[in-house]
Amino acid sequence: MTIRIGSGSAWWGDRISPAKDNADKGRLDYLCFETMAEATISAAQVRKRRDPDFPGYDTWLDDRMKAVLPGCIENKTKIISNQGWINPNGAAERIIYWLRKMGIHGVKVAAINGSLITEDVLSLTDTILETGERTHSLEDKIVSAEVYQGAEPVVQALSKGAQIVVTGRIADPSIFAAPMMFEYGWGAGDFMQLGLANGIGHLMECGAQVTGGYFADPGLKDVPRPWDLGFPIAEVHKNGTAVITKLEGTGGVVNAMTIKEQLLYEVHDPYNYITPDVIVDFSTTRIEEIAENRVMVSGISGKPRTPTLKVSIGCKEGFIGEDMFFYAGEGALKRARLAETILRERFKIVGLKAEELRIDYLGLNAIHGDMTPEIKHEPYEVAVRVAARTATREEAMKVGREVDGMAVSGVGMTGKRVPHQDRTREIIGVWSSLVDRDKISPSIKLYES
Amino acid sequence: MLIKLVQLAHCRSGDKGNTSNISVIAYHPEFYAPIKNQLSANEFKNFYSGVIKGNVTRYSLDELQMLNFVCEGALGGGVSRSLCLDNYGKSLSSRILSFKIEINDNLEKLLQ
Repeated sequence: MTIRIGSGSAWWGDRISPAKDNADKGRLDYLCFETMAEATISAAQVRKRRDPDFPGYDTWLDDRMKAVLPGCIENKTKIISNQGWINPNGAAERIIYWLRKMGIHGVKVAAINGSLITEDVLSLTDTILETGERTHSLEDKIVSAEVYQGAEPVVQALSKGAQIVVTGRIADPSIFAAPMMFEYGWGAGDFMQLGLANGIGHLMECGAQVTGGYFADPGLKDVPRPWDLGFPIAEVHKNGTAVITKLEGTGGVVNAMTIKEQLLYEVHDPYNYITPDVIVDFSTTRIEEIAENRVMVSGISGKPRTPTLKVSIGCKEGFIGEDMFFYAGEGALKRARLAETILRERFKIVGLKAEELRIDYLGLNAIHGDMTPEIKHEPYEVAVRVAARTATREEAMKVGREVDGMAVSGVGMTGKRVPHQDRTREIIGVWSSLVDRDKISPSIKLYES
Repeated sequence: MLIKLVQLAHCRSGDKGNTSNISVIAYHPEFYAPIKNQLSANEFKNFYSGVIKGNVTRYSLDELQMLNFVCEGALGGGVSRSLCLDNYGKSLSSRILSFKIEINDNLEKLLQ
């Protein structure tokens, strides 16, 4: 027995047409969407406060569902998605709306709630993992707190007959592991199988990063038709092996190198990769290229899950102000250096209160900072980029205001952008903690189109 | 012969909080041992001087010929707090490709 699980997205901003291709032509049993970053939930909470009309789920939900629902319904492909963000019920209701609008009736959609613990986080958690301090020290700054749920509530929703399951925060690999657990009857005690399921889920969760995205390095690692990457498909066998592949005719590549790069992506200890479902051990993984764009992955193993779940705590931590301006041609770097001197003096004059101030020269040191090797040639172009982290938005705005001043009061031959965009942004810092898994009770709400 | 890592291995970086993990994956099984012997966690940290502010831990996956360097304090306080343009540190992995490794002359024909 084999089930085919396709990727529909790897993050909120991902392309939509490869998801539609997988839905239409992938002969999939499941299509899975991952749409969240670490700060997505907190950012959604902040936006909800500012804009009460914000529905609180993936802002691309309509586009994604319009693209994939016809193919998924036609091909009897189930959908598992974390597009619910802070409002899984709202997302489910919206999906019902689209199904009915398409004349599709009798489809069951489940919303999984229970991930948000903002109100109770201080009583449920103890220590901040990154600092060792008490979570109570964050009290005044907390915007949102959420638990990373595992695959189990999704499996329960599938058992209740749901064809589409939409969740809030759930561990990314669990989105993909849930169909394997449901179809093959793997439970918490089957930790070898869950290791495989979550390991394959980990390879799939970043979508095109395993099919030639975030990979090409010209002359070293070339990717065919990199403008048209297919999203991955996993063919998972009950015996604990899986083939990672992609749709025929799409660009990109699946080979041992793309699998290896993704295997360690955002992994710390590969012998102990902790998910809510299991501890994955990647050290035993076997990777075998069996045909063009078909790689067999086997041997990923697992150990019993931990008694805790990870909690993300989003906090308001001030603001960043940022802007840039440009020089080119003869003496560009000298003018950029004078501009930096002027800016630093101006920041003193206007009393900029910054926790950190950074002035970079793009093309010289803006990306690799202090470890950049010394440059031997004068660059033809230099962009000066200024950023400061501050406690208040008013302070952060001083960055853009002083860059404005460089237009007519600055250095000769300064290139500048029209200051039309918002040059400040709010920082939502994310801290981690742990909660006893027994204290978290997910709930499932079922809808029918 | 002294060879830049770019001809021996490929790499990818990922972010979690203020920690960046950078994988180093040998293009050929023969390259793995010299890389593993010469690229310690300490050498790695020194090569990222000024950027990696915390500890570096190295994990080895010998069967797959790859190393994983977990670099604490490498992301300017974390993705949302960082003032670096590349706040996810996606480009951090490329730095290590300039690191030089001594390999046996007979491996030259295998170079990428």
